Amino acid sequence: MNGVTLHGISARRRRTDKVMRASLFAATLIALVPLVLIIYYLLYKGLKAWSGSFFTTDPNGNFFGNPGGVRSAIFGTLEIVGLATLIAVPIGICVALYLTEYGKDGPFASVVRYFVDVMTGVPSIVFGLFIYIVLVISHAGGTGFAAWKGSLALSLLMLPIVIRSAEVVLLLVPDSLREAALALGAPRWRVVTRVVLPTATPGLVTGSLLAISRGMGETAPLLFTVSLAFGLTGNLNAQMNSLPLQIFTDITNPRSVIVTRAWGAALTLVALVLILNLVARAVSRRSRMA
Amino acid sequence: MIPPETTSKDPRQDMSTTEGESEQASKDPRQEMSPAEGEPEQVETTPDREAIGRRDGQGHAINIKALHAYYGPVHAVRGIDIDFPANEVTAIIGPSGCGKSTMVRCINRMHEEIPGARAEGSVRLDELDVYGTGVDVTAVRRLIGMVFQKPNPFPTMSIFDNVAAGLRLTGTKGGNLREKVNRALRAVGLWGEVKDRLNAPGIGLSGGQQQRLCIARTIAVEPEVILMDEPCSALDPVATLRVEELIDELKERYTIVIVTHNMQQAARVSNTTAFMLDGELVEHGPTSKMFTTPSDERTERYVTGKFG
Amino acid sequence: MEASSATVSGDRSALQRSPLHRLPDRVLRWGLTALAVLILALLVYFFIRLIGQSHLALSKFGFSFVFGNDWDVSRNIYHGAALVVGTLITSAIALLIGVPVAVATALFLIELCPRRARTPLSILVDLLAAVPSVVYGLWGVFVLGPKLIPVERWFANTFSFIPFLGGGGSSITPGNYFIAGLILAIMILPIVSAISREVLATVPPEHKEAALALGATRWEMIRMAILPYARPGITGGAMLGLGRAIGETIAVVLVIGDAPTIGHHIFDQGYSLAAVIANEFGEAANTPIHSSALFAAGLVLFVLTLIVNIIARWFVARGTRGMRAAGDITDAVDAATVGSGALQ
Repeated sequence: MNGVTLHGISARRRRTDKVMRASLFAATLIALVPLVLIIYYLLYKGLKAWSGSFFTTDPNGNFFGNPGGVRSAIFGTLEIVGLATLIAVPIGICVALYLTEYGKDGPFASVVRYFVDVMTGVPSIVFGLFIYIVLVISHAGGTGFAAWKGSLALSLLMLPIVIRSAEVVLLLVPDSLREAALALGAPRWRVVTRVVLPTATPGLVTGSLLAISRGMGETAPLLFTVSLAFGLTGNLNAQMNSLPLQIFTDITNPRSVIVTRAWGAALTLVALVLILNLVARAVSRRSRMA
Repeated sequence: MIPPETTSKDPRQDMSTTEGESEQASKDPRQEMSPAEGEPEQVETTPDREAIGRRDGQGHAINIKALHAYYGPVHAVRGIDIDFPANEVTAIIGPSGCGKSTMVRCINRMHEEIPGARAEGSVRLDELDVYGTGVDVTAVRRLIGMVFQKPNPFPTMSIFDNVAAGLRLTGTKGGNLREKVNRALRAVGLWGEVKDRLNAPGIGLSGGQQQRLCIARTIAVEPEVILMDEPCSALDPVATLRVEELIDELKERYTIVIVTHNMQQAARVSNTTAFMLDGELVEHGPTSKMFTTPSDERTERYVTGKFG
Repeated sequence: MEASSATVSGDRSALQRSPLHRLPDRVLRWGLTALAVLILALLVYFFIRLIGQSHLALSKFGFSFVFGNDWDVSRNIYHGAALVVGTLITSAIALLIGVPVAVATALFLIELCPRRARTPLSILVDLLAAVPSVVYGLWGVFVLGPKLIPVERWFANTFSFIPFLGGGGSSITPGNYFIAGLILAIMILPIVSAISREVLATVPPEHKEAALALGATRWEMIRMAILPYARPGITGGAMLGLGRAIGETIAVVLVIGDAPTIGHHIFDQGYSLAAVIANEFGEAANTPIHSSALFAAGLVLFVLTLIVNIIARWFVARGTRGMRAAGDITDAVDAATVGSGALQ
């Protein structure tokens, strides 16, 4: 046989290849459609609600007339999530430190890791139920529902996120850094505080921001622990308003002006969450470039 | 990480005792295609010349003109002209980074699979320029096979499925498929070692066996040319020798181009050797001449070990 | 760091430090250990208290709590089969719709997408995870639900001969199994996609090369070399998505119709374990048997998600045993779960 004949691949194979590649592309577009639609409707219906009074007045629970804005909800969310962050982030980082610096691959550390993994699979409603059983029914602290109890529930939810992300970040700190410090005679705790933590800080910040943005959006835990309130308050031992709960309550309200308020509140919440998310990504990208 | 010989897992597979074992011992229905039933079993580690086959008329040569290859802005192959004669083994030698692997990957158009990489020039397989307009890349790769440095059998596939992989793409099935797989395994001398466990995972074999499995996979689709990119560098000396022996047999049927950093290997297996340096072809010619009386001073310095 | 007695002449005091020097280390070590123990104890305490609160209902209704179908608040009868079935139906729909799209997206982004577009598109897909569930519920109630009714009606009537998938076209409301499942599919998409992307990225290039060198087309290469390798990891990701779907409360309670019956059609209203807790929680506060039933529902939910998650991780670990990159995939799953921020 002189020369070589190029048998093209069969038309069927070529067609299958084209069809499958197009399908994969189409699937990606389909996946993005909900995102686009949600943002569109949030803007379309939510912006209508935004106004000066929207942000400066509290919801008043009236059946007629001006229903009020969502100021107390915004502040409430900031307060409740703020407290939750103060609880979850330090504790989470400490547990992660234990796992990477002291426990390492030991049996106890493995058990802890496994349980943390398990915790990430627990639905948020269960955390709410737990705090309800332990703290609300028993009227701990003198009150039934209270903001700090909601913070606790949220912190339980945020904790595994902080621990896992912190562990990943801490493991990225090269061992050679630790060894160099240890070889210079520094005790381990100083290696941790002076060398490991500072190096890992950007990543820890990213992980914490992601946990916070997650905590902000949760409704179910608050449902069972904080319940609803209309007024603006700084009292963490009382019921407090929050954006997710305000939205949840407003959705089923027959008055359309209140439904519009729900859209406005949703837009506010999503804006807050998105900002946190994007800041987290920016921080992590900057630290990687450094 | 080379998995241990799997012979220890199945007592029937103990290689040293298969002599005299009857063919009926294996339960695999695919065994029915084995030749010479009833004959005392011999563990084949030598390639089966009959399974490899004869060349079909005239062989197929590769002719490269003005080949340039880039990784983004990096000019890795700078204007190469070379011929790979039919049914010969040509070795490409040179220090690390000289572009020999890149050049060879341009022949079956694997180079362009790397993001940002491109190639220019002409690579002819007989009359056909594989870089010609309208040429289907997958068809080219059917005709020009490749064996890689690290043995890479598909980890989720059995031995049989590995060899059959390329054949299945073109719709070969049933008895025809079995026969071709059978033949490829015999050609590389693996048949005796694996015929009883064709369903076992391909990655359960030793490194040397895996590489021969990969070669079987490559020749199962009956290409015209086989490219080998440092095929023995991950193997122990015994396995290396077996592969070299196989290459020697394979050239009866195929045209072979082998990249190697091992000059003794080049001297052993090839008819022609080409020396590359910094993306350029410095010299090429009959192997014996290249190693004893090279024309270029740089070649001489390389083969005598003065650098690289 | 404390040297044993050295025979170096000269000032030896520098080599001896006070034991106090090690104190912070010890404190830190034991403090952190105690903390970790606390976390574990908390989880166990969870379980115990939850069982305690459920006891009333479980002892009264026994197995019918899960297998009986009669959830009647007015008569204080709580047999929750409708809840379990509803949870399973909506989760199944979520998986059937969400997982293929998620995996397809991951395949596109990793294998076919031009490099420059990969990161922005991945971020967009991941952003779906940042949307709070109450916002999904809001959007489902006022946008997706109403808009899809005509389509659902058409489908139910055209395919009425198919059991379950068809029929029931005359009484479709904006809240039903299908819408709940669809919203859940959207919610689990980011996490399954993120994990799949990480898993796909660990496929060793040599297998892809082997397939291409044999003359495979791009799709054939994906089918031959990538999917089989990635299957355990992707399955694990899908199961984590399942866990999320099972436990989702707020979005589901808004769009499932909240009917404590087992619907016969996919477009019927239904209920789920999580949804019933959120819905009836307020009115149950003063009725011990009712609240106990809700806690029992929570217990069932908790156990279900635990089991699914444990199996998911076991699956990933098992599937990677014996393969070269055993460590890679588990690490990849972990990294993806954390990085996408889309944990349960």
